Amino acid sequence: MSRGSRSASARRERARAPVFAALGDETRLALVAKLCAGRRSSIARLTAGTRLTRQAVTKHLRVLEGAGIVHGVRAGREKLFEFDPQPMAEIREYLDLVSAQWDQALARLKAFVEG
Amino acid sequence: MDDRIEKRIELNAPVSRVWRALTDYREFGEWFRVKLEGPFVPGEVSRGRITYPGYEHVQWEAVVQKMEPERLFSFTWHPYAVDPATDYSKETPTLVEFRLEKTTAGTLLVLTESGFDKVPAARRLEAFRRNEGGWTEQMKNIEAYVARKP
Repeated sequence: MSRGSRSASARRERARAPVFAALGDETRLALVAKLCAGRRSSIARLTAGTRLTRQAVTKHLRVLEGAGIVHGVRAGREKLFEFDPQPMAEIREYLDLVSAQWDQALARLKAFVEG
Repeated sequence: MDDRIEKRIELNAPVSRVWRALTDYREFGEWFRVKLEGPFVPGEVSRGRITYPGYEHVQWEAVVQKMEPERLFSFTWHPYAVDPATDYSKETPTLVEFRLEKTTAGTLLVLTESGFDKVPAARRLEAFRRNEGGWTEQMKNIEAYVARKP
C-alpha cells in the first residue's frame, strides 16, 4: 500500500464527509431549498424575508460552498450563488443502496418468522 | 437532508417470536445470512462471517447496544463494509435499532439506521460500483427465495 494513494483517498473522504454536516442545519437547508429552485441568487436576495443577518447568511453559504453543495459565481460587483446537485446525489445513491439491503434483509426476516 | 434510514414492516408473528429471531444469534444468522461466533450481549462485540453467496469474505462485526426484551434491540456497525482492503474500524459507526410493537395482526417492526453524517460516502459508493454486477444477481435470488417461501 503506497502512502500516496492512501492519503489521496483520505482527502476525497474529507471532501465528501462535510455534505451531511453542511445539511444538518435548518438555516442551511432553507438556503439550499431556495437555491434548488434553480436560479442564481445574491446574498441580499437570500437574506430578504428572513430574520438572518447578511453576515450569518454569508457564513452559512461558506459552509455549503466548502461541501461543494453551492458555488459562488461573480456577476459584476455581485457574487451570486448556485446549487450543485452532485454531492447530494452521490450520498442519496449510497443511502439507497443501504436501504435496499435492509429491504432484502427484512423480507428474509419476514419469511423466517412467518414460515 | 435525511441522514437516516427507516423501515416499517408488519410481521404476521407474535412479538415474542420476532424478538427471538432478532436476538438469538443463531436465528439472526439464519435470515441475516451471517455465522456468528456467540450470543449477543449488550456492550460486547459480536463477530462472525457473512454467509450470503458472493460475500463470504466479509467479516461481520457489531457492538451490541441495547436489548430491552420484546421492545428494542440495537447495535452499532459499519454499514456496507464489504471491501476487504479497507480498514473500517477508524470510521464512526452507524446505529441500527429494531423496535417492536404489538399489533392486531402480530408485530410492527420499525428499523432505523442513523448516523450516516459521519460515513465517508464516496468510497463506499466506489466499493458498491465494483460489486454492482454480483449484487444485481443476488437481488434476483432473494426475490425468487421470498416468492417461494411467503
